[in-house]
Amino acid sequence: MNYDANTYTIKDSGKIGTIALVLGVVFLGISVLGYMNDSAHFFLNYLTAYIFWISIALGGMFITLLHHLTNATWSTVIRRITENMAATMPVFVILFIPVVFGLHELYHWSHAEVMDPSSPSFDALLHEKKGYLNETFFFIRTFFYLAVWTFFGYMLRKISVEQDSSGKDYKLTYKKLSAPGMILFALTTTFASFDWMMSLDPHWFSTIFGVYFFSGIFLSGLTFLLILLIYMKSQNILQNVVTIEHYQDIAKFMFAFIIFWSYMAGSQYFLIWYANLPEENYWFLYRWGNTWESVSMLLIFGHFVFPFLTLITRAAKRNIKLLLFMSVWIFCMRFVDFYWIIMPTGMNEDGSRVAFDFNMYDIAPIIGIGGIFFWFFWKQFTANAIVPVKDPSLNESMKFQNT
Amino acid sequence: MGIFKKLPGLTIAEFDSTGSLLHAAEKMAEAGYEKYDCHSPFPIHGMDKAMRLKRSPMGYIIGTMGTIGMTGMIALTYWTNTYGYPMVISGKPAFSWQAFIPVIFAISILLSAFGAFFGMLALNKLPQLFNPIFGSDNFAKVTNDGFFVSVEANDPKYDEGNVKSFLESIGGKNVEVVKGE
Repeated sequence: MNYDANTYTIKDSGKIGTIALVLGVVFLGISVLGYMNDSAHFFLNYLTAYIFWISIALGGMFITLLHHLTNATWSTVIRRITENMAATMPVFVILFIPVVFGLHELYHWSHAEVMDPSSPSFDALLHEKKGYLNETFFFIRTFFYLAVWTFFGYMLRKISVEQDSSGKDYKLTYKKLSAPGMILFALTTTFASFDWMMSLDPHWFSTIFGVYFFSGIFLSGLTFLLILLIYMKSQNILQNVVTIEHYQDIAKFMFAFIIFWSYMAGSQYFLIWYANLPEENYWFLYRWGNTWESVSMLLIFGHFVFPFLTLITRAAKRNIKLLLFMSVWIFCMRFVDFYWIIMPTGMNEDGSRVAFDFNMYDIAPIIGIGGIFFWFFWKQFTANAIVPVKDPSLNESMKFQNT
Repeated sequence: MGIFKKLPGLTIAEFDSTGSLLHAAEKMAEAGYEKYDCHSPFPIHGMDKAMRLKRSPMGYIIGTMGTIGMTGMIALTYWTNTYGYPMVISGKPAFSWQAFIPVIFAISILLSAFGAFFGMLALNKLPQLFNPIFGSDNFAKVTNDGFFVSVEANDPKYDEGNVKSFLESIGGKNVEVVKGE
């Protein structure tokens, strides 16, 4: 890789993009084998991987929107990375196609017979939800979410890249875009989590689910950002631009959102545990039995207790090696979280819930979609300067210091 | 506590800008002064480093208090619900820890806040109703546009003549000796 420190450009992006694309295609190919092996399992795996990676792109979008709305200056040096994470949405539009084909395998409410009063498998509760949970409306909503995200991801990056050549101050333009963007972001992510994940078990409902998903989105975005930054640091890229102070700030966010995620997960669990109503508590019961206990425990200790205790001190947030380990750790935990939400909803043929069964087909779509995501990300990222060179607050951002 | 302690006199010197104050702070630390302070109308980035201040122990005070609150509350809820007054509520086990997360959390936060508030007062030697430094009329500028360095008379290196000439040599103006209580 050939990096020019004066113009902040990566001249020769090397083989990384190609490797990512090849890995992506090969592993998507392997997951097709998984489809032939067990199609229901495949679609759940695919959805897990899809939501895992789109949450990283959405995390980048959220950080960018937050940066513009709060007049932040410290994050100017990392803004180009988060913008490009958000600009990968076209990939996810295309990668949604398999979910469309797997709709009947994934979502019980999409079966015509559950909505048909004359059928033996008629489900009165789902029939009541028909106004919301029907295929047409599902596709309209999904189209809307993806359109909104693609638009904002594209626009945020486009204006920023334009600034590199024109040198104008687009502060107000960014804000005019980000304010409605933030509102739409909140609404679309909330409803996307309802549609894509919560409706996998259509009888169950939790009003906090959207916030729970959002807390995870931000964490996913931050871990990807940190891993990428530390990788680039090892390649002598952005040396003296992204300093230890920036790492500390990202780590602070990561620490805060570890707690926020736990707070949301805890609140969701707590109320359901307290009331102990059968129509709500079964969601946790089949995750706390049926061989899923170890995954639930891993989530509590790996996604909260361990990172909380590790990242609590200032010294830990300023230790690059530890941060690399922790960001990779939390990155994996993000996968476990989605895996824990999505996979146990699978049904055996007799109508019982599937047991925990982790095999190579669970990994394949993650690497597959990740490879394609990263190829597209890297291609756009290296096409321009990797920091917003003409941004008026860039200099201030580089000198940023924690007190 | 600050209220009851007689405070020593001070020598103060004025500086023009944040830059010269930072520079002066570095020089003071280099010369080995211990009981000196820098005064400015607003916080200055890098001042802690220039004065070679150690990091505040606040974090450890708060952390300890929070841990005491958490363990204390776990012990209390465990003891009351298992031995003190066990009751079956909505068919749940005697010690249902989930129900006590809010109170464990809240008491940890309360004790942390106490630690932060009283720890801050103790570390700042507050409450202190008067400081001899206010005896200087020129020092009133510090809330507006003045930058000052003060050296207390009980500094081991303190010697009125030497301090005066040293402060002048590092760029201090209007050097003034303020009497103690």
